[in-house]
Amino acid sequence: MKKMYLKIEGINKSFTNDQNEKVKVLDNISMEIEKGSFVSIVGPSGCGKSTLLDVIAGLEKADSGFISVSGKKINKPGPDRVVVFQEDGLFPWLTVLDNVMYGLHLKKISKIDAEKKAKEILKMVHLSQYIHSYPHQLSGGMKQRVAIARALVMEPDILLMDEPFSALDEQTKMMLHNELLDIWKETKVTIFFVTHDIREAVKLSEKIVVLATRPGKIKEIITVPAMKDSMMPNSVTLKMERKILTILQTEIDKVWKEEMGDEYSFQTNYIHRSDSNHLGNDI
Amino acid sequence: MTSRLSGLPDFMFPSLTQVFSTLFNGLIDGQITKAIIISFKRILIGFSIAVILGFILGYLIWRFTFVEDTLGFLVTAFQSIPSIVWFPLAIIWFGLNDFAILFIVTIGATWTMTMSATSGFKNVPELYQRVAKTLGSSGFHFIKTVIIPASIPQILSGLRISWAFAWRALMAGELLGAGGGLGQLLENGRALGQMDLVISVMIIIAVIGTMMDRVVFVRLERSVQTKWGINQAT
Repeated sequence: MKKMYLKIEGINKSFTNDQNEKVKVLDNISMEIEKGSFVSIVGPSGCGKSTLLDVIAGLEKADSGFISVSGKKINKPGPDRVVVFQEDGLFPWLTVLDNVMYGLHLKKISKIDAEKKAKEILKMVHLSQYIHSYPHQLSGGMKQRVAIARALVMEPDILLMDEPFSALDEQTKMMLHNELLDIWKETKVTIFFVTHDIREAVKLSEKIVVLATRPGKIKEIITVPAMKDSMMPNSVTLKMERKILTILQTEIDKVWKEEMGDEYSFQTNYIHRSDSNHLGNDI
Repeated sequence: MTSRLSGLPDFMFPSLTQVFSTLFNGLIDGQITKAIIISFKRILIGFSIAVILGFILGYLIWRFTFVEDTLGFLVTAFQSIPSIVWFPLAIIWFGLNDFAILFIVTIGATWTMTMSATSGFKNVPELYQRVAKTLGSSGFHFIKTVIIPASIPQILSGLRISWAFAWRALMAGELLGAGGGLGQLLENGRALGQMDLVISVMIIIAVIGTMMDRVVFVRLERSVQTKWGINQAT
């Protein structure tokens, strides 16, 4: 039996909104993630998936419950759980190399070793030519790759990714998907991936956690058949995507009703759902 | 030309050639040069103290809400007091000497510096802070490597304005105070009825002010902007 690695135990979290009401965002979330696995969290917008990631990262405190990594409880941010955010968040005053080396300085690694390591990682994300550039000289996809390199160079136990590709165009996204899968295989890092894109989740992960919304709780955990080495046949991915979408349907319905009024129904407007090419893009 | 047409006697409104010869001689024989050096020493000391104080106060205001509620308000109030207004107090406290002048130079620049440091720190994007924290940064390292560099653009423009305030305060202080300097030279010129000297010093004041702004601050700002890739407004 594989050892459970990241343990999420009964996490509750509420925020106070503008009207001073308590809004429950996460409701008793519990799950266990194996070492070296690739887990995606999908759910409609506002379901608290990013909040869950923040709690794991230690950037937010849960109201109750705890999170542990290989037995150790977590209560503050640390370099063992590095986050790649939706926006790259590169420091504009540092070069690409210095950005990647930023975290290494904190690890008390000698300068020469740090530079060597950073260069290796940058080679892995195919950015060796740009190590002395400043972030503003790079394209969006390149910046995101630097951000991934900056996280990986820390050799984290868990790589937390908060919709890292959602601000990128389709081609760049596809390229980075493949690159991320390569990196995952090479480094065997545990990846916790938050996304709203079902197709992305199916393509990348081994396990998909579907969150219900308001309050966010686990609706279902789906295992994606292991076929990572070759491209998965379209029929399989499509079936998976459809399955997840069906699970999510009532949740999406809830969100849309809230936004557009009660008379709106997801069912009656489902012309685009028959077009399988657009599956998963409309959440 | 204008001086000929003004109808005033020469010593009150000297001709351009006269001004230039005084200016030239003053620079050569050291009268003006010495005054420049004295003034520069003062402003460098006063300005440095102001910048350090501004940073510390700005940090405290940014870090602690209760300081912001109390001191933050006071800073705005102090900033609206022209620094020369402090001069009577300064004379009583320190006497009519260098300290009094330094005091008003410092106080002229401190508040502006405090305000721009505060807003610089406050406007550091949340994202940078989150990134740094997840990479393991905290405490002094966090301030040094994220908060300060991220607020550099705003702090630079704060420095520029503070310098201008300090320069004005210095001239006013020297004019009323003692111990040499460009302002004192102005006062001498008035007392001796040497308007050519007065105008020469005015030219020097303008030249130094412009040079500092153009050569030092604008250049610094530009280099930061190119490095960061911020589009230049001018």
